Amino acid sequence: MGSRVTFVKKEFFHILRDKRTMLILIIMPIVEIILFGFAISVEIQGINIAVVTSDMGETVRKIEEKIDANPYFKIAGTFYSQDEALKMMRVGKIDMILRFPSGLDRKILSSNHERKSVLSASPVRIIVDASNPNTAVTEQMYLKNVLMSCFSGEGAVAAYGITSGISFETSAVTPEETVRGTSAVASSGTASGMIGGTPAGTSGVASIGHEGNVVPDIRLMYNPGMQSSYNFVPGIMGMIMIIICAMMTSVSIVREKENGTMEVLLVSPVKPLTVIISKMIPYFVISSINLAVILLLAKFVLAVPLSGSLFWTCAISMVYIILSLALGMLISTLVKTQAAAMLSSAMLLLLPVIMLSGMIFPIESEPHFFQWISMTVPARWYISAMRKLMVEGQQLSAVLPELGILSGMAVLLISVALFNLKSRLE
Amino acid sequence: MGENAIEVRNLTKRFGDFTAVDHISFTVGKGEIFGFLGANGAGKSTAMKILCGLSLPTEGEGTVAGYDILKETESIKKSIGYMSQRFSLYDDLTVAENIRLYAGIYGVSDKEISPRTDKVLANLDFTAEKNTMVGSLPLGWKQKLAFSVAVFHHPKIVFLDEPTGGVDPVTRRQFWEMIYKTADKGITVFVTTHYMDEAEYCDRVSIMVDGRIEALGSPSALKSGFGANNMDDVFQKLARKAERG
Amino acid sequence: MLKYLIEKEFKQFFRNSFLPRLIIVFPIMIMLVMPWVATLDIRGVNVTVADSDRSTLSSRLIEKINASEYFSVRRVTLSYADALEDVDDGLSDLVLDIPSGYADSLGRGKSCKILVAVNAVNGTKGYLGGNYMAGILSGTGAGVDVSVLNMYNPTLNYRQFMIPAFLAVLIMMLCGFLPALNIVSEKEKGTIEQINVTPVGKFQFIFAKLIPYWLIGFVVLAICFLLGWLVYGYLPAGSFIVILAGTFVFILGISSIGLIISNYSQSMQQSMLVMFFFILIFNLMSGLFTPVRSMPGWAQTIAACIPPKYFIEILRGVYQRGCGFSDLGIQFAALTIFAVFFGLSAVLTYRKRA
Repeated sequence: MGSRVTFVKKEFFHILRDKRTMLILIIMPIVEIILFGFAISVEIQGINIAVVTSDMGETVRKIEEKIDANPYFKIAGTFYSQDEALKMMRVGKIDMILRFPSGLDRKILSSNHERKSVLSASPVRIIVDASNPNTAVTEQMYLKNVLMSCFSGEGAVAAYGITSGISFETSAVTPEETVRGTSAVASSGTASGMIGGTPAGTSGVASIGHEGNVVPDIRLMYNPGMQSSYNFVPGIMGMIMIIICAMMTSVSIVREKENGTMEVLLVSPVKPLTVIISKMIPYFVISSINLAVILLLAKFVLAVPLSGSLFWTCAISMVYIILSLALGMLISTLVKTQAAAMLSSAMLLLLPVIMLSGMIFPIESEPHFFQWISMTVPARWYISAMRKLMVEGQQLSAVLPELGILSGMAVLLISVALFNLKSRLE
Repeated sequence: MGENAIEVRNLTKRFGDFTAVDHISFTVGKGEIFGFLGANGAGKSTAMKILCGLSLPTEGEGTVAGYDILKETESIKKSIGYMSQRFSLYDDLTVAENIRLYAGIYGVSDKEISPRTDKVLANLDFTAEKNTMVGSLPLGWKQKLAFSVAVFHHPKIVFLDEPTGGVDPVTRRQFWEMIYKTADKGITVFVTTHYMDEAEYCDRVSIMVDGRIEALGSPSALKSGFGANNMDDVFQKLARKAERG
Repeated sequence: MLKYLIEKEFKQFFRNSFLPRLIIVFPIMIMLVMPWVATLDIRGVNVTVADSDRSTLSSRLIEKINASEYFSVRRVTLSYADALEDVDDGLSDLVLDIPSGYADSLGRGKSCKILVAVNAVNGTKGYLGGNYMAGILSGTGAGVDVSVLNMYNPTLNYRQFMIPAFLAVLIMMLCGFLPALNIVSEKEKGTIEQINVTPVGKFQFIFAKLIPYWLIGFVVLAICFLLGWLVYGYLPAGSFIVILAGTFVFILGISSIGLIISNYSQSMQQSMLVMFFFILIFNLMSGLFTPVRSMPGWAQTIAACIPPKYFIEILRGVYQRGCGFSDLGIQFAALTIFAVFFGLSAVLTYRKRA
């Protein structure tokens, strides 16, 4: 026991003396959690639209005004030729082109008499930069919604809707709906406004109900404001902690080998388990400080509710920290050089953790084979547990499977690291 | 600069409020073997790093091979060879590759490198190890190789920082033979050591205590001056005054 | 002099037991696995429908939703509260509440509100799932004569968006992490001391360090390009020369950043931690996974200052939109400025004296 205490002390001093590394270890996660918490978002904003029309009529002008008033769109310019607009799209200056047929005003007037669709003959065309298919689909839906609200909102154009059987109602969000749907939203115009296509409370609702139409009313549960920080904080925590912890311990054994101090260990009566534990303890302390800071930031800066049990949030996080430190130890027993240790823990782990943990890309959308692979990624289970505890406010019972899996993985990793170290020492 | 290989006046180096080197002045003549002695932490290596242009002095001035140690460090580097206390050749290059690299850096012509390498290796009895990775050589051999690399380009001055640390007596002996041969070629040798028997081999020695030079002269002059039988006694008498250790 | 230094760097690189394998195996692994995983196509979102209407029209709507590739209806309950339980239990991601009188309202030409409750804890899924659902519901009433043309990626294949990005990430990581270890490892081993007493020029030393990364970068580029072609049948729409030029300039910038960090670090661990800090920022803020224009203004400013953003834009531009040099002027200008700035900084921050 005495030797264990001395050993832990030695490791502590070793780490504390290196002030610069300590500083990096403490500050880095703080900066990143704040940075990414605010910056990462899958919401689509600032969509630049070019309007192409051969004659700028009253209708087009009104539609432009309406689009520009929408917080998600910006009119980047009006062009007479489509080619010109396409050039802009090619260099990435605009995301969408909205092309109107010529003589729109006249057609609308006449169609009011004939009760025929204005646009069926020469339709409005949306050209969208589909380089990113995900944003492309969402963008065109937004734009369609805005367009429909224009057409149904203006008496002149409303006729169009009637003739086409059931009118397209764009779910321009009424204040009433905001109350009903997303009552918890403090700032209107985020969740429901976004999905509806027009900010809450704008007009265009007046004409609701020419004929039966369906108004989708989206309620976002657990995360009513659709604040990205909510969703990504557990993910960022899971990613940063596993990699930083692994980076800390991955050099520990291999560095002793490179510096030749491993021989001292070899001849000393210290048990392999003592070596592993004493190397993990100082980093565990640093990581726990990090965890505390991250949770405080999550609560007070990023406004994550942290509605579940704080005790279990911390407990599971600590299991995860131990697991990550053990992963680093395992790497350290496997590789020959410090460089290989660092590269393995930082570079090789990074992409799988980002991609297979469900942090950004939903696991359910992946092919089955990769869903199985993702089950071996500890971050997946941790992030899932943290989402339940920190955001949904669920009870311990809901995260028991995750806790069990993470504990199992931690024990497994420590055992394998121990086995490797033993076979190396003996 | 005239006749002297090294001249320094009031050389001082401070790290914060710690004075590692405290106003030292000395000269080293051309072709001389100059022993730079001192206990661990006396400031030898710091002083040597200043002379080699690895570090700038806080105060003082001087020249090495005729170049100013404040302004012409890169010119100094062209005229000197250096062997570090810690073995610092590339472990993952072979013996010949290490020689080739440094010869190339010092501007030895491509044609000349190969025959000269063979000659050096033959002198060292190293020919069989030409293509051995340096990392797998025993320490004594590494040190000899490091020395050969340091003088390969025929510098005016060679700096040796504890070249015989940790090597066996036989190798130490061989090492000093190599140093003598080098000096015979007219290369000035500036060597630090804490083996006092080695001090006897030097033309002149200085002894540093707590960052200052406490004694300077030929071994015989120092022995008689301090009334000692050998250099070890001289050193013991001076070292007792040391406050830091 | 430069020749000998470059020779040395290459010998050291190839003798390493880990690095040569790393630059071959790592890109292959990533290119074979990640494009399958990287998809924001939301498929198989589980829906529980609370149908209080129980009419032909409501059944038709449920069928329509179930028929969509995005959604699968898990079950239909009678009450909204029952349906919500499915979400709480994690069985369902989305609840659709069809009110009684749905068919009636529609029949009488009135609008009818349908509540869509989305579990938004998984941000991506909640956000997109809600959007898709809104699309389908709105579509129920739509006879919209708006035609949509999907430029550059008509099949809306997400892989086409991500493959150029992975190419950029791999070059960024390998040509960023490796130099970050390089100089500091010479410091730890002590070999830098021997170099520093030689008259070797700062510029030559740094340049010799950079050259191997160019080669590594082009090897990685070749591997990714070939795999993109052979495995995914995906070739750039534009000229490969543009990609080569972009890669050439980008590597100079990113490797210089690695060397600068290496110059300032005292240990390999420090160097890697700092480089990791930057690589993570590069990964998450360069528009790689989430669009830069979705970020708040200050974050967009940060994004504008990071080289990989422009490199990714070049790769995606060439691969997807067939851009040439003239279309990518800004990106090339930015990368060149970064390359010169960081390259010079790498030389200036390398200190031969302590």
